[in-house]
Amino acid sequence: MSRSLILGGLLSALMVIAALVSFVWTPFDHTALNIPEKLQAPNSTHWFGTDHFGRDMFSMIMVGARTSIAVACVAVGIGVGLGVPLGLWAAARQGSWLDEVIMRGNDLIFAFPSLVIAILITAVFGAGAINAIIAIGIFNIPVFARVTRGAALPLWTREFILAARVAGKRGARISVEHILPNIANLLIVQATIQFSLGILAEAALSYVGLGAQPPTPSWGRMLADAQTLVSIAPHMALVPGFAIILTVMGLNVLGDGLRDALDPKLRVSRA
Amino acid sequence: MLRYTVKRLLSLIISLAIASLLIFAVIEIAPGDPASFMLGINAAEDTLAALRTELGLDQPKWQRYLSWVGGMMQGDFGTSYQYRTEVADMIADRLWVSVPLALYALALSTLIAFPAGIYAASRRGKAADLGVMGATQVGIAIPNFWFAMMLVLIFAIHLRWFSAGGFAGWDKGVWAAMKSLTLPAIALALPQAAILARVMRSSLLDILDEDFMRTARAKGLSRGAALRHHGLRNAMIPVLTILGLQFSFLLAGGIIIEQVFYLPGLGRLIFQSISARDLIVVESVTMLLVFAVIVVNFLVDLAYAAVDPRLRART
Amino acid sequence: MNLLDIQTLSLSIGETPILRDVSLAIAPGEVVAVTGESGSGKSMTALAVMQLLPSAAKASGKIILDGHDLLALDEATLCTLRGDLAGMVFQEPMTALNPVQSIGAQVAETVGLHRPDLDPLSHAREVLDRVGLTTIPLSRYPHELSGGQRQRVVIAIAIACGPKLLIADEPTTALDVTTQAQILALLKQLATEDGMGLLMITHDLAVVAQMSDRIAVMRHGEVVEAGDTHTLLGAPQHPYTQALLAASTHRVDLPNQVQDMPLLQVQNVVRDYTLPRSKLFVPAGTLRAVDHVSFDIKRGERVGLVGESGCGKSTLTRAILGLEPVQGGSITLNGTPVSDPSVRRRMQVVFQDPYGSFNPRHRVARLISEPFHLLDTPPQDRNARIADALTDVGLSPDDAHKYPHQFSGGQRQRLAIARALIIRPELVIFDEAVSALDVSVRAQILDLIAKLCGQYALTYLFISHDLSVVHTITDRVLVMQSGKIVEQGETETVFNQATHTYTQTLIDAAPKLPTTGGERTLA
Repeated sequence: MSRSLILGGLLSALMVIAALVSFVWTPFDHTALNIPEKLQAPNSTHWFGTDHFGRDMFSMIMVGARTSIAVACVAVGIGVGLGVPLGLWAAARQGSWLDEVIMRGNDLIFAFPSLVIAILITAVFGAGAINAIIAIGIFNIPVFARVTRGAALPLWTREFILAARVAGKRGARISVEHILPNIANLLIVQATIQFSLGILAEAALSYVGLGAQPPTPSWGRMLADAQTLVSIAPHMALVPGFAIILTVMGLNVLGDGLRDALDPKLRVSRA
Repeated sequence: MLRYTVKRLLSLIISLAIASLLIFAVIEIAPGDPASFMLGINAAEDTLAALRTELGLDQPKWQRYLSWVGGMMQGDFGTSYQYRTEVADMIADRLWVSVPLALYALALSTLIAFPAGIYAASRRGKAADLGVMGATQVGIAIPNFWFAMMLVLIFAIHLRWFSAGGFAGWDKGVWAAMKSLTLPAIALALPQAAILARVMRSSLLDILDEDFMRTARAKGLSRGAALRHHGLRNAMIPVLTILGLQFSFLLAGGIIIEQVFYLPGLGRLIFQSISARDLIVVESVTMLLVFAVIVVNFLVDLAYAAVDPRLRART
Repeated sequence: MNLLDIQTLSLSIGETPILRDVSLAIAPGEVVAVTGESGSGKSMTALAVMQLLPSAAKASGKIILDGHDLLALDEATLCTLRGDLAGMVFQEPMTALNPVQSIGAQVAETVGLHRPDLDPLSHAREVLDRVGLTTIPLSRYPHELSGGQRQRVVIAIAIACGPKLLIADEPTTALDVTTQAQILALLKQLATEDGMGLLMITHDLAVVAQMSDRIAVMRHGEVVEAGDTHTLLGAPQHPYTQALLAASTHRVDLPNQVQDMPLLQVQNVVRDYTLPRSKLFVPAGTLRAVDHVSFDIKRGERVGLVGESGCGKSTLTRAILGLEPVQGGSITLNGTPVSDPSVRRRMQVVFQDPYGSFNPRHRVARLISEPFHLLDTPPQDRNARIADALTDVGLSPDDAHKYPHQFSGGQRQRLAIARALIIRPELVIFDEAVSALDVSVRAQILDLIAKLCGQYALTYLFISHDLSVVHTITDRVLVMQSGKIVEQGETETVFNQATHTYTQTLIDAAPKLPTTGGERTLA
């Protein structure tokens, strides 16, 4: 096990544990207002301090992790669930009109960055966590479709795929049986990257008010609350900021570690 | 080369057509009648009808789509429901903030990322490489709007080198305007620079393993000279892709950064319009952003062909 | 004095020893060949002389080039010697040139580096003329040239500054046999004209015999035997050299089993590809990859298909396998068109690349039983048949639980044969099946095919660019050029009395080992 795998795994696990534990225990009720104790710097009672309503920031960070994980998870799920089959399909029919349509459709979605999609959805349906998930998820589809197709195409010219075709297997079956297992590594790595991007995107959408709405806690909105108070209570911005940075870094380092850990096996088999 | 350009241009037009249809369709689904919104809930029915005719809301959908698209081609983006002013004029003012901000950030990002990526690649595996890569790992993880808040805290509130927000305006001189865009541009650029530097490094390292780099060394070029003369141009192909993508991220990211710094750009306009349900403004600004992204991707495609002679020949 | 003097050179990368006590000398104007199978360290020897070794490599001993002690020099000095005193030609012309720079600029760069007194571009023109590219403008890009032309550009880069030593690392391995003959002739001519020393790295003993004054045979990083080419090939002393020579001229005995009953019938087959349009509004052109090809394969017959790259033999193979549609004609097996799914189970294929033809994530049992998919009902005795198939190809039934990366290249090719034979097909297609193998492994696989011929009365089509292999392993041979079959007939007859000029050109271009003792020549 490499150092990056351990470090990334630990940071990512820390966030997941915080989110899970928050279902049964948080130091304080994260919604309880306590005006007399507002804007406290981190201390022995409130480990991460309190916000402008006197809420315990540590509890809010724990519960906020739930929102981040949920949004990023579902968004990656949408991307994998739709993008991978589309990419496999396009690769199996390389050069056909179907391939062309799928890939041009991907390019089109890339022209709408997730924030623009979110703005459109919000303009029509109003803001909310579900809309944030859709906005981030739609943008994940072409990412996975491209990665899948890009990795599948060179495999299609390999002789073991030809051998499978000589054995009478059809495109769909070859895609699932031979292509998918050989690109799974790549997809896992890409999923960790998209997961971290999802957390960043959720934070950005919540920050501008297009994401999770009160009272659902979210790291992005904690930062929005902090903006006007940053000069008198810097911890209000620092705490959620570090939560986001450490989580995203953890996932990225984990992705790098996975890439290194999973890739050489493929190379050994070629050596 | 001509064929390649024409093919790309066709694809650009088709993309624009589909994108405009999508945006139009989404806005059409939106609940609420702009006319009653503009006149308030107590407006008389015949006044409403008159306004609907004036705004062209009583025409069939396809006709309104065509007049919207046709209008945009002539620079007519319609009339704001909220302010009753030309959307085109509102956008034009805001563009003078948003576009310079995106370009400023792109320039900063490139200026930081290229040398960092090349330096790291030329020191593969050494301490300098690990240092640069560690820094980019942090850079990628930082949300740009949080970084913006930190910049304000340090450079505006504590050091007082910059103002905490607002835009001086170009009439106060280029220097003043650029100064008020500097912190926002840095906030936008650094996380993007981290991504770009990583792509630059890894694409250079891929090139280093190519056979033709060994040919270059066998000629008598030093490691660094081979990298500069033969590696860079080949490595630019993936880097260009990322640069194109980054432009759209910078435009979108700019929308958020404008919120942090209270800059009167497209981002402010779009958020004000959403809360006022001024959908025609939302529609037009979104279309403009998408237009910019598609055009930039077209330019990136042309840049590929300039870098890679194989593309010029093949298509 | 020698131009190049390698004295007890040892080399290791990390903990792995690569070269041990290699000594080698080249006099000015002399052609010295280093030969051996893959992993013998012959290419590393060449890279060591250029000092272009991987950064983890550690060398000891001495390499004296024209009075310079290379191992003692710093990188800056080495840069002034590379390209000036010694030039190098590489194996893969398709990737050895920078794809985004014109060939003129790439040749001129060498000139500019070492000969500031010359005008780089006009000198580049002279050098390209010398290597036979008189009609190619300097402004061309590598992708606009053929493989042979690209290799000439690489040679031009190497000789542009008139080096005293030219190193050629498998310079013709990636090229067709007629192109190979031209490139070899060019190298020899340049070496003679300029009095250059030529260090030639090649696995092909026939090329060695044709080119070199002296040879060194390497194995596992050591020189096992060295000497005058004629003497050494005529009377090899070391057992390894003897084995290598025997494997290079290896012949197999095929049992005679041809029945007068056509199995595969290919009639008037045409396969066109649509080319990308060269101009807008002009209809797309087509490339005729297979042009009215007709032939039969009888039951029990072993037929060879030879031709150079791009002649259409791969396309024809895929069409026979039913993997590609054809635009005209018919391909039938026992009277049934090959597009019919029921024919699939009666035909199997063995591919060239022993590394690419297996899914790296599946075990051997699953891999070689994949053709069972073609049967309507999977066989009851699946495991027994897997064990039989493995035993037939000289592997152990226990190997069924291993992954492909646990096997060597030769063993994997045995696995590929096991997979092809497991459903007892009526026709087997060997698509360059031994081309990627070392000569001694190749001899073993040829023996295996001959043995299986006796065991199962195989009928096969053996596609290869290597005439010597086709000569020994087939009854009849087809010669293909530009999509057409230009000659077909009994293998012995075609090789001894070719009637078509193209066949004659192919046979003449193939390098030959000298006739020794009772052994027969290759062609």
